[in-house]
Amino acid sequence: MNFYLSAILLGLGFASLALGIFISMRIFNIPDITTDGSFTLGGAVTAVLLSDHTSLPLVLLVAFLCGALAGSITGIIHTKLKVNALLAGILVMTALYSINLSIMGRSNIPLINIDTIFNRLPFISDSISQEIFILLSFSLLLWLIVSWLLKTDFGLAMRATGNNENMIRALGVNTDRMKILGIALANGLIAMSGFLITQIQGFADINMGIGIVILGLGSVMIGEIFLKMIRVHKIGWHLLGVIAGSIVFRLILAFALSIGIDALYLKLVVAVFVLIVVSIPNLKRAS
Amino acid sequence: MIELRHISKTFNRNTPNEVKALRDVNLKIDSSRFVVIIGSNGSGKSSLLNAIAGSIDVTEGKIVVDDHEITHLEEYQRSKWIARIFQNPLMGTAPGLSILENFRLASVRTQSKKFSIGTNEKFRKKIRDKISLLNLGLENKVDQLMGTLSGGQRQALTLLMAVMDETKVLLMDEPAAALDPKTAELLMNLADKIIREFHLTAFLITHQLKDALAYGDRLILMQEGMVTKDLGQSEKAALQLNDIFNWF
Repeated sequence: MNFYLSAILLGLGFASLALGIFISMRIFNIPDITTDGSFTLGGAVTAVLLSDHTSLPLVLLVAFLCGALAGSITGIIHTKLKVNALLAGILVMTALYSINLSIMGRSNIPLINIDTIFNRLPFISDSISQEIFILLSFSLLLWLIVSWLLKTDFGLAMRATGNNENMIRALGVNTDRMKILGIALANGLIAMSGFLITQIQGFADINMGIGIVILGLGSVMIGEIFLKMIRVHKIGWHLLGVIAGSIVFRLILAFALSIGIDALYLKLVVAVFVLIVVSIPNLKRAS
Repeated sequence: MIELRHISKTFNRNTPNEVKALRDVNLKIDSSRFVVIIGSNGSGKSSLLNAIAGSIDVTEGKIVVDDHEITHLEEYQRSKWIARIFQNPLMGTAPGLSILENFRLASVRTQSKKFSIGTNEKFRKKIRDKISLLNLGLENKVDQLMGTLSGGQRQALTLLMAVMDETKVLLMDEPAAALDPKTAELLMNLADKIIREFHLTAFLITHQLKDALAYGDRLILMQEGMVTKDLGQSEKAALQLNDIFNWF
């Protein structure tokens, strides 16, 4: 498959992760490290259930709910036990490593000769076209649903919780509950990304989530650079920017590999790249 | 009607830093009354409002709004009856949401926030009409982010937001203190108008003795956590600026 096309497809697979990070990082201002664990959790559940020939919609639902459950635990630890959000996330992520391993039973599950989301459409014979079609429609649907959700009264209350907690409490919102629900939603989306990526790459691995939170953050920040260029603040556009950011991030990584950077240094490249993206706005402000 | 019975609040209890912010405060305020509270810094005015709003938990006593005891309700639960304007004009609105979205949240203050989009055309028109009454020229900017507006504009909108949903009690803690004199006067006039129009039971904390005379129909002086003077409408009307000044 074309090198850059597969990067774009991976980007679409990671779009759900980027949307989850957008919710935890941008809406709630919480750097949620649970991500590393919940992404793998989504992948682990998917691999195990698919190997068991569970129906696909059910696998998706279970993956989402598992991620959401992990996120809600982080949320409860943070709001009810008053533990720093970063630490709460690290705790849950650490615990998830054991849980993921026990779900998988081993450190790697390949999906060989197993039906995935990408061979369900008999009317499209060519497998690459199927992958493109499925990932595009999945991302579109996801974009529509999350945009709609964040525009509802509930979604507005969620956005206001991260924006001005005092105000929204005075407007009758239980902000603790809202944070728990928000982090749960974020991690549900992240687990859904694990669901997709496992099927794109054809296996689940216990280490697939390491450093994944940075990937999501990078996508969100790239998306924001686009938004600054076109000067819009509508939430739908914002989410579209995040999805585009996820694709661009993957293309940049593909480019880095194509110019001969050793795959060994990929995480280093990611970290440096995200650092650059994160610090550009600050450097501009300082000068 | 709102009633405070034997309200006390002690911070850092049983430590060397113990502060008795409120000492046995008893107040009964009839519906649609506008109470002005004055007092020097640290006299317990803000603690009193915080206790009513629920952002601090009282040590002793009871708070009753109409027939509901709200003493130990969480802040978000009391919002069913109580709306609040903060001293910091940026605190009453969410900067990252549009004017329209802020108003939408305010209009469902006493209700649960549902999974449906409320910022439709009908709502937009309603808000535009309401905002145009402010004469701030904001009615055509309802999609603008709240964060792009000035403090005065935001405080005026916060006031309007307070009466978007059913409100019984309006708490205002120096709402105009951070504004320039002209904007402050506009805001106070607007507050007065809204309180009368919506028959709100209102509390206003102010350090502007002029405002204390001009607004409200009851005047309370607080000192060291206690209500030391409590003047009704006719007594308040007879007051001169100097009289109040000498209380301090």
